[in-house]
Amino acid sequence: MTDKTLPTGAGLPAPAPAGDAADLAALAALPPVRYLRLKATLLLLLTLALVLGSALYLLHARGVFEPTQRLVLTADDSEGVTVGMDMTFSGFPIGRVRRIELAGDGGVRILVDVAQRDAHWLRQSSVFTLVRGLVGGTAIKAYSGMLTDEPLPDGAVRPVLPGDATAEIPQLMASARQLLDNLGELTGAGSPLAASLAQMQQLAQRLNGQGGALGVLMGNPADAQKVLATLTRTQQLLQRLDGLTAKTDKQLFGSGADAGLLPEVRASVVQINGLLGDARTSLTKVDAVLAEAQAVGANARVASTDLGALRTEVEANLRKVEGLLDQVQRTWPFTRSASDAQLQLP
Amino acid sequence: MLAPSPASSWLQRLWRAGQLRALGWWRIVYLGAVVWVLLLSPSTWERRARARLLHRLYVDTAPVLLGFSALAALLSLVITRIVVVTALSYGLTRYALEMVIRVLVLELIPLTAALFVAMRLTMAGGAQLAQLRSSGYLQALRERGVDPLRVEFLPRVLAGIYASITLAGLSCVVALVMAYLGVYGLNMAAFATYTRMFGQVFTPQVTLLFVLKTLLFGMTVALVPTAAGLHGLGRQQSEVGALARMFAVLLLIEVLFLMGNYY
Repeated sequence: MTDKTLPTGAGLPAPAPAGDAADLAALAALPPVRYLRLKATLLLLLTLALVLGSALYLLHARGVFEPTQRLVLTADDSEGVTVGMDMTFSGFPIGRVRRIELAGDGGVRILVDVAQRDAHWLRQSSVFTLVRGLVGGTAIKAYSGMLTDEPLPDGAVRPVLPGDATAEIPQLMASARQLLDNLGELTGAGSPLAASLAQMQQLAQRLNGQGGALGVLMGNPADAQKVLATLTRTQQLLQRLDGLTAKTDKQLFGSGADAGLLPEVRASVVQINGLLGDARTSLTKVDAVLAEAQAVGANARVASTDLGALRTEVEANLRKVEGLLDQVQRTWPFTRSASDAQLQLP
Repeated sequence: MLAPSPASSWLQRLWRAGQLRALGWWRIVYLGAVVWVLLLSPSTWERRARARLLHRLYVDTAPVLLGFSALAALLSLVITRIVVVTALSYGLTRYALEMVIRVLVLELIPLTAALFVAMRLTMAGGAQLAQLRSSGYLQALRERGVDPLRVEFLPRVLAGIYASITLAGLSCVVALVMAYLGVYGLNMAAFATYTRMFGQVFTPQVTLLFVLKTLLFGMTVALVPTAAGLHGLGRQQSEVGALARMFAVLLLIEVLFLMGNYY
């Protein structure tokens, strides 16, 4: 077999073996290798596999074999956006920037390839932001509030909202400067805070001094003395009240042989109860009399009703008699002339 | 006859040194061109020559493959650990893996592979060639009608280039695997993220520069020491000169490609 062992020098015609030339030929010759052709082929195949495998892995990593759909983001500024950067949704990369170009209106068009298997996360109502952080690169983020909305179609054009963290730095610095100025004014030598602190110190000194808190409250020592005198008199009054209370107790509840007022009051109450019972009995009798009087009143009312009817009847009879008299007058002319036959109203 | 003045002898020495330096560089360029011509020549690929070439490729590459891969794995693991721990302390872990890939795969591994091939193979091959030349072996080959460039020079250069590319490729794969394992451990949960990040690092421009750099490194470490051995003044001088030239060329290539990548 040809691939078992190659001859020394691999078929090289050996030069004249003069002197140490034979040693040189041995130096130039390669060591024999069993199954050389097989091993060499395997080695070459390994190298080829390495190169091809790396190339395929790179193409896969670059998303060449992945079906995608196009999304066009429009922005005012493409600073920080690079070809190949990710577009993320909830922190997961779902698309790559393939191209950045200037639009006809001077804006920027960012062409993003979104993997079709992740495209369902993007909806018609999705919002896209371009965030430039203080540390690290720019990031394009997608947000989908309503996942039940219609899916985003291929080739959709959407505006990207800037979310620049560094853009707020000047405003932040202005606010911080204003805050520091205010703080400086607040803590300055002639500031209200310093004056307040001085007054606080003065107050603390007065609190620790003669008069203490009472002197601080009243403002001057004379008034403080008045308050103290009032307090002394109040104390005396309380002592007198204590004595009065003791005497009252003695008179009410007694002491020793003196029974006090309370037993007498109790006996009076018993007597009053008896009087009240008598009064209750008398009132019951009065109730009965009143009931009889009420019955008499009712009878009188009925009688009055009957008198009214009688009167009405009498009035009717009178009217009838009057009418009869008129008729008699007209029928029987007792007067001499017609002029005398006049009806004389009462 | 008048003796030459010190100034003129100094100028002569400078002129001669310049000539030698230019000649050395010219020979490297010339032999590089010869290698390309021989590679494109059909006679190089006839059966016996092909067998000789395969023999040299295998003998030069296979024994060092395993050892260098282990070395690359160890180096990758250590550097990954250092970078990740440092990034963690600064709160920049999301950039740690990208940095590891950039530093290891793009910059360190190809250079290490090229230097390893130079130290282990091509410097020794160049010295051997210089010994053969000084002993008259190459001349004897010429007298027998055999071209030493074809039978001794070309296989060594091709074996050097091949070993450099294979070692760089294999150790890059090993470094990628070790970086993944060093950060995520033995699970496939983050493989998709890792792949995506790898794709972001290897843009078409970076990939092209990486491939070109690896090829140029391989050609440098294969061609410079071998050319010095074939045409050097002596074994000692040729080895030292080859080493200096090789480092100069490697440095130049590295600087150029760093500029290409990051400017």
